[in-house]
Amino acid sequence: MDLTELYQDLILDHGKKPRNFGKCNKFNHDAEGHNPLCGDNIHVYLILDSEKKVKDISFEGSGCAISVASSSIMTEIVKGKSEKQARELLNLFFKMIKEGQEIKKVGLSEDEHIKFSSLAGVGRFPMRVKCATLSWHTLRAALDNEKKPINSEIID
Amino acid sequence: MNLKDIKNQFPIFKSNKNLIYFDTANSAQKPKQVIDALENFYKNHYANIGRAVYGLAARATADFESTRETIKEFVNGTEGEIVFTKNSTESLNLVAHCFGKFLKEGDEIILTEAEHHSNYVPWHFLRKKKVNIKFIPINEDGEVEVNKLTSLITNKTKFISVIHISNVTGLTTDIKKVISIAKAKKIPVCIDGTQAVAHTYVDFKELDCDFYAFSSHKIYGPTGIGILYMKNKWIEQFEPFLGGGGMIQNVDTKNITYASGVSKFEAGSLASAEVVALKQAVKFVKDIKIKNIISHEQSLASYALDKISKFNDIEFVGSPSNKGSVFSFNIKGVHAHDASTVFDEDDIAVRAGHHCCQILHKKMKIGSSLRMSFGVYNNKQDIDAICESIKKCKKIFKLK
Repeated sequence: MDLTELYQDLILDHGKKPRNFGKCNKFNHDAEGHNPLCGDNIHVYLILDSEKKVKDISFEGSGCAISVASSSIMTEIVKGKSEKQARELLNLFFKMIKEGQEIKKVGLSEDEHIKFSSLAGVGRFPMRVKCATLSWHTLRAALDNEKKPINSEIID
Repeated sequence: MNLKDIKNQFPIFKSNKNLIYFDTANSAQKPKQVIDALENFYKNHYANIGRAVYGLAARATADFESTRETIKEFVNGTEGEIVFTKNSTESLNLVAHCFGKFLKEGDEIILTEAEHHSNYVPWHFLRKKKVNIKFIPINEDGEVEVNKLTSLITNKTKFISVIHISNVTGLTTDIKKVISIAKAKKIPVCIDGTQAVAHTYVDFKELDCDFYAFSSHKIYGPTGIGILYMKNKWIEQFEPFLGGGGMIQNVDTKNITYASGVSKFEAGSLASAEVVALKQAVKFVKDIKIKNIISHEQSLASYALDKISKFNDIEFVGSPSNKGSVFSFNIKGVHAHDASTVFDEDDIAVRAGHHCCQILHKKMKIGSSLRMSFGVYNNKQDIDAICESIKKCKKIFKLK
């Protein structure tokens, strides 16, 4: 695996200019995630409407290019999906990163699928897996409205 | 001794031919004589120490105890004041816990903003007793402002514990001044010398502090051993830190009397083979001579600071001097972890993160940094290599 594949343009772009950054208005779910080893932290905010659909989602935080890009891409993909789909996606993300599974389109648009899969290469850098998974762990915690910040050191 | 060929004495560089190791501040690599001593002890002389009377155990015990003598000579310590612990963290926990028993609500402890978490967290525990912690500030260069110590001291100040050399900036605290100010006020002082021993001169008699902690694995010795210098006065006054075998004199169902001397603080089986092998690490450092290590590391630091500062996107943590064996920096626009991954592709080991010094990083308003630290095995080619890697990193992240 070449480093330029890990740090491909899509990831660098989301790392430098994260989408959905900040606190979204009137969020009704949120959670915090930390990676104490590297000092990365993230706060995910989302609105789950009456039909259990993620109406809006955003994040705040700081971290490396991989962690910020993963958070940014996660919010783009999850926005507009049902809670059930969001939970399926996060499980698929872990399978892709940790088990190297190739992920079929699973109801994602072409563009979403490219973004989702762009992080697959992180799996080949074991020390960086936590950077990519932190946002998705925090999404899960936000959906569950967990009050206690999650710690990616313990989970992964 | 010729430092040019010293790398050959480290087997790790034979099995990892391209490895460039800039993480000695985290843990030093081990010379062959240390690894051989470990193997020799386990293969030919192993028995637990200090317990049995048979010959094998007696010889192992004598071998173990002679390391204390070696250390005493190395740092000009005093007989009976060298305690073996697990690491510097445990040593500092011992000091904070045992001294903490003498403290009451409102008493004050003084640390610095440059402390490693191991010389802050153990003192933080005492906040449960409503003990207050004050910090000698660091300035924007990262220097501990020792001239502000006097104004922090009140009649409630009971203890001062400071870092000798920062594991992030490599800057040295003026510990002689700290000790002299503290002495004038009769306040005991502990020095965290984990990054100092084997990088600078350390003379316990000259310093005359109450406690000094350092670690075996950072001075080319095995892991699992902390060395705590503790003045006899405290050995007598402190209650034991851990209880168990080896630290008692007499035990019955109602009462226990503790061993005297350093044994009181060495409960349970110790890392005996490691302590025996530590002697070889000290011998290794003594043979090279501290003055040669200092000039080697200073010339590397000068060369590295000069070369790295020529890049236009570099931000140093504080103002590192060419006098240390450690400094930290960031490439603007690249997170330290991303840079570290790029370096790793070129087999360059550099630590990224807050290096267990969040207070210092927060004060400097940075989340993480890349740390370069030198050992006897580093050379100028290593620095040329990391500069090439920095170029590569800038290219990947599309920086000019």
